[in-house]
Amino acid sequence: MAPRRAFPVISTLVLVCMAGLAVIANAAEDQSAGNGGLLPVIPMGQGDSCVKDTDFMRRNHMTLLKHQRDETMKEGIRGKPYSLKECISCHVVNGPDAKPVTVSSPEHFCRSCHDYAAVSIDCFQCHASRPESGDLPADHQMSSAFPTTATVNGTE
Amino acid sequence: MSRKIKSTSAPDTPGYNPSRRSFLGAMATAAGVTLAPGVILYAISKSSPANARTLDAAVTSDVRWGMLIDVGRCDSGCDDCVSACAKENGLRGHGRPETDAQWIRKIDLKNSQTGNSTSLPMMCQHCENPPCVDVCPTGASFKRADGIVLVDKHICIGCRYCMMACPYKARSFVHEALEDQKSHAPRGKGTVESCTLCVHRIDANQQPACVEACSDTGGGAMLFGDLNDPDSEISQRVAKYASQQVRADLGLNPGVRYRNL
Repeated sequence: MAPRRAFPVISTLVLVCMAGLAVIANAAEDQSAGNGGLLPVIPMGQGDSCVKDTDFMRRNHMTLLKHQRDETMKEGIRGKPYSLKECISCHVVNGPDAKPVTVSSPEHFCRSCHDYAAVSIDCFQCHASRPESGDLPADHQMSSAFPTTATVNGTE
Repeated sequence: MSRKIKSTSAPDTPGYNPSRRSFLGAMATAAGVTLAPGVILYAISKSSPANARTLDAAVTSDVRWGMLIDVGRCDSGCDDCVSACAKENGLRGHGRPETDAQWIRKIDLKNSQTGNSTSLPMMCQHCENPPCVDVCPTGASFKRADGIVLVDKHICIGCRYCMMACPYKARSFVHEALEDQKSHAPRGKGTVESCTLCVHRIDANQQPACVEACSDTGGGAMLFGDLNDPDSEISQRVAKYASQQVRADLGLNPGVRYRNL
């Protein structure tokens, strides 16, 4: 008698589990479709590759930015590749009006991941969260905004 | 230096490790190597124009940026420098002149005895001994090696001591949340800000926006340059003509000087 009663309970549990899996699978599809889900929507950047590997950038982008910001601000060193301006220019996301979205949009590159990781992001209280029209790179070349080899005043 | 390393990593100390010792030795060598380009760079900067600098090199005190403002050529009705500054740095007012950010302003002076009136632009004077830096409790207010006084907004807590300390009323506090700032001029609510001498333009070997506007459409009253370079136009002019610093009695040695004041 007992095994007969258990059967509907077990089958219900199996059904619930399958439904849960289906929801997760749907979420993964939604993520690729870009309409929100359990995983963050991470838009592709422009150009072939980032300044470093994706795995490295995921863990260390804040260190690169923080280290370089002090060099730029206090010492005027502007020829290095890891600037927030470049992040913003390459990872620009256009909204419905075909203009770059600000960090107030959940689709913003930085915000999509920071929302997912529940890490507050303070950069954009002061820094622009979208490029100006002149900042958008023609391609991924860093040299367009901050030439790394050019010299000031034509002297080496 | 090698003697010092030997004494700190003697073979009979418990923490001795040959690889650590060789690492320290390599570090000492590296320090010697990195010193050499510094020496070469220094020699180049002395032999070429003093503002020549690669984008990868740190600013040095070989340069002292300054400005000479000829008050006699500054028209009282002209505010091209103010509007150029606002445009360059993305300053937008909220219709509240008492609290809106103001990096540069025009001042009209009138001698009550003679009736003679003059007009001049007033902004951060980029002092050699800036009182804003003296009073800052967090170190956010700082002077760059080339004499430009700036605010590190990452560590500014918005206490506004620097605004009290500045005899030129050059600093502003940002009261409202901002959006769409200029990428070269980050600014945000709760921090203090002031004229940066258009540091992003200087680093790109350009003149500050106010100086450019003054020579383009204004009276050509403003001259920007390196006060440490005896061959620069500003050095030659301050040597030839009398000029004065505002509140020179305070001994702050501002980088901005006025002529015909």
